[in-house]
Amino acid sequence: MATTAAAPPYVSTHEPSNTGIWSWLTTVDHKRIGALYLVTALTFFMIGGFEAEIIRAQLMHPNGTLVSADTYNQLFTMHGTTMIFLAVMPLSAAFFNFLIPLQIGARDVAFPRLNAFSYWVYLFGGLFINASWLIGAAPNGGWFGYAPLTTMQFNPGLNIDFWVIGLQILGVSSLAAAFNFITTIINMRAPGMQLMRMPMFTWMAFITQFLLILAFPVITVALIFLQFDRFFGTQFYELAAGADPLLWQHLFWIFGHPEVYILILPAFGLVSEVLPTFSGKPLFGYPVMVYSGMLIAFLGFGVWAHHMFAVGLGPIADSVFGVTTLLIGIPTGVKIFNWIFTMWGGNVRFTVAAKFAIGLLALFTIGGISGVMHASPPADLQQTDSYFVVAHFHYVLFGGSMMGIFAGIYYYYPKITGRLLSEKLGNWHFWLTFVGMNLTFFPMHFSGLAGMPRRIYRYDAGQGFDMYNLISSYGAYLLGFATLIFIWNALRSRKHGAVAGHNPWNAPSLEWSIPSPPPDYNFATIPTVTSRYPLWDHKGDVHEFHEGEPIKTARELGIPMPFPTIKPFFVALFMTLMFTGLLFIHKHNMPLAYTFIFGGAAAMVTSLYSWLLSPLE
Amino acid sequence: MANPAAAVEHHGHTPTTTGLDHRKVAIWAFIGSECMLFASLISTYLIYKGRSVVGPFPHEVCSPPVCDTVMKPILNIPVTSASTFVLLMSSLAMVLALAAVENADQPKHTLGERILGSSKLWLFMTALLGTTFLGFQAFEFTSFVHEGLTIRTNLFGSSFFTLTGFHGAHVTAGVLWLLTLLAIDFKRGLKPKDALIVDIAALYWHFVDVVWIAIFTLVYLIH
Repeated sequence: MATTAAAPPYVSTHEPSNTGIWSWLTTVDHKRIGALYLVTALTFFMIGGFEAEIIRAQLMHPNGTLVSADTYNQLFTMHGTTMIFLAVMPLSAAFFNFLIPLQIGARDVAFPRLNAFSYWVYLFGGLFINASWLIGAAPNGGWFGYAPLTTMQFNPGLNIDFWVIGLQILGVSSLAAAFNFITTIINMRAPGMQLMRMPMFTWMAFITQFLLILAFPVITVALIFLQFDRFFGTQFYELAAGADPLLWQHLFWIFGHPEVYILILPAFGLVSEVLPTFSGKPLFGYPVMVYSGMLIAFLGFGVWAHHMFAVGLGPIADSVFGVTTLLIGIPTGVKIFNWIFTMWGGNVRFTVAAKFAIGLLALFTIGGISGVMHASPPADLQQTDSYFVVAHFHYVLFGGSMMGIFAGIYYYYPKITGRLLSEKLGNWHFWLTFVGMNLTFFPMHFSGLAGMPRRIYRYDAGQGFDMYNLISSYGAYLLGFATLIFIWNALRSRKHGAVAGHNPWNAPSLEWSIPSPPPDYNFATIPTVTSRYPLWDHKGDVHEFHEGEPIKTARELGIPMPFPTIKPFFVALFMTLMFTGLLFIHKHNMPLAYTFIFGGAAAMVTSLYSWLLSPLE
Repeated sequence: MANPAAAVEHHGHTPTTTGLDHRKVAIWAFIGSECMLFASLISTYLIYKGRSVVGPFPHEVCSPPVCDTVMKPILNIPVTSASTFVLLMSSLAMVLALAAVENADQPKHTLGERILGSSKLWLFMTALLGTTFLGFQAFEFTSFVHEGLTIRTNLFGSSFFTLTGFHGAHVTAGVLWLLTLLAIDFKRGLKPKDALIVDIAALYWHFVDVVWIAIFTLVYLIH
C-alpha cells in the first residue's frame, strides 16, 4: 500500500517547556529521568550515611550511650535498607536510564512513560519507608527481616509493616524498569549494533535486568507471606503450626544473593567503560567479560544458602553451597585480571574516574578474598554474624559498587551536564574516600575475628575490640567529610566546571559522538555501527558532533518526540496511597484502611486507563 | 549504503531490532517474572504438604484427637476438574478470538463462518468462561470456610488460599483486560492491525491457564 509521494514529515503540535518543576514532573525523557534518579539516590546515600555516622558514634567507645538499643536497631536496619534499595540500586538505575539508549544508538527506552513511572514509584517508596522515622517506628528487624523475629508476636509495632510495604512498593519500581530495559536492549539497537558489539556497561546492565526479574518475585512472595501472617493470621512463619523456621531465610536469600550481583554488575560495567578509555586500549577479553558476567548471574542463583551455614542445613547442603560459592569467585576473578590486562601496556591517564575504577579493583579484591573465606562452611562458622562479615560486604559494596559508581559519575558528569567535575576536588574526594574507607572497614576484620558480634548496640571494654572500633569511627567521619567534598564538587561544577565538549576523554562509544549535554532526541540520525569502538575505529556510519556545529531541534529534524505527561506520576502516587492503606489494617482502623486501599486502587486504575489509552507521541 | 533506518524515520518510527513489537518482547519478560512468582508460591505449598498440625487436610481424613470431629478430605476433585475444564475451554475461546481479529477483513459467507469469525463473541466467551471459573473458585472457597478451613487454620489453609487466591487475582485481572478489549471492539472494532494487542492478552491468558494446570496437578491430583 506504499504511495509514491513521500509522506509529510511529522510535526509535533505539542511544544513543551523544558524548564520548571512541571517539566520535571511530566518528563518521559530517559536522560532527565536518569538525572532524577541520580539526585534522589545521592540524597538517600547521604541519609544512609548519616545513619551510619550515628552508628559509628555510638560504637566509638565501649558502652556508648548515644542511642538506645531500640533506636540502634532502627538505625542499622534503615542504614542497610536505604543503602541497598534507595541508594546503590537507584544509582545504577540512573546510569541504566541515562546510558543504555545512548550506548545502543536509540532515541529513548522502549516505554518512556513506564520509565517515568518507575522513578516516581521509587521516590514515593523511599519517602514512605522513611516516613516511619516521623512516628518513631522505623523498621528494626535488619535489612533482611528474618521471620519469626519480624512476626507480630515478636514485633508488634508498625516498624515491620513499613518495611514490608515499602519494599513491595520499591519492587514494583525495579520490575517495571527491568521489563523496560530488557525490551530496549533487545529491540532498539541501532543498525549493526550486534549484541557482541554493545558497550560493556549495557551488557552488564542487560544481565542485571534478568537477575531483577527472576529474583524480585521471590522476595515479593516472602514479604506477602510475612504480611499475611501479620495482618490476616496466616501460619507461614508460625512455628506452633508446624511452619519451617527456615522458610523465610531460604526465600529471602534466593532473592538476596542475586541481589548482591544486581548491586555489583553495573559498577563492573562502569569500570569496563572507564579503564579502556583511560588506558587508550580496548577492553582486554571482551567476550570473556560478557560470558563471565552471564556466569556470575547464573551461578548467583545457586549459592544462596551460604548465608545460612550456621543454621544446621547438614553436611551435604553445606558442602554443595560451599563449592558453588567458591566457583563463583572464578568468573569474578577473571574480570579483575582482564581489567589489569586492559591497563597493561596502555598509556594510562590517572584521572579521578580512572582512580576510582582502579580503587574498585583493589578494594573489591579485598572484599572478594574475605568472601572466599566465608565460602568454607567450617571457617564461616566463626566468621558469620561477626564484624568480619560486616568488613566483607562493605569492601564489596562500598569498595566495589560505590567506587564503580563514583568512577561512572566522574566519567559521565560531563556528558550529562556539559561540564567537567573539578579534578582537584575529585582527587581530594578520591584519596580521603580511599583512606577513610580502609580506616573504617579494615579493622572490622580484626574485631570480627576477635569475637565482636554484629548488630550489637554496645560492647564492654577489654574484650579486644576497643581500638578497632575507635579507628573505624574516625574512618567513618573521614568518609562523611570526603562525601561532602564530592557533593560540593557536583553542585559547584554545574556552573563553574570546565566546559566539556562532546568527548572530553576521547572515549570510543556512541554516547560520546553527540553533544554534551545531548539534545532531547539524542541522535540527529541513527548511526550504523560496524565495530565495538566506533569513535576509535572510525568505521560504520557514525556522525561525530563537533563543537560549533548547529544543534537542531527535534521539530526541525522531523523527529517525533513523546509527549510529556503527568499520568505516570499520578499512577505511582495512587499506587503508593493504596499500599499505605495497608498500614491502617494494623491499627484496626478498617474504614480508613478501606478508603485508602479501594480509593487508591480505583484512582490508580482510572489514571492507568487514561495513560494506556492516550498516545505516546 | 544509505542508512535503512533513516528512510523509515520520516514516517516516525524506526524498525525494531528483532522485528517484534516492543510490547511483545515486554510481555514475555513479564511472564518470566510471573513464573518465578508462582514457582515460589507453589514451592511453599509443596514444602508444607503433609506438615499441618491440625486439619482439615487436602486428601486425608482428619480423625480425633487431631481434629475434634472426623473431617473428610476437603478437596473436591470432580468439581475442580469441571472448573479446570472451563478454564481450558476459555483458552480455546481466546484462540478463536485472536483468529477472528486476525481474519476480520475476510468475507464471511456462512453462518458458521460468521460465528467463528466474531471477535466480540469469542472475547465475551473467554471472559465468561474465566468468570465462571472464578465463580467455581468462590464457591470452593466459601464451602471450605464452612467446612472449617480458613486461610489461618493451618499450613495447608494458608498456602492453599494464598496460592489459589493469587491465581484467581490474576484471572480477574485477565477478565478485566478482556472486557476492555471487548469494549474497544464495540466502540471502533478490532481489525487485523489490532491483532498484536489481542495476541498479548492471549499470551497472558494462556499463561494464567498453564499456571492453573500446574496448580491443579500438584495440589489436587497428586497425593
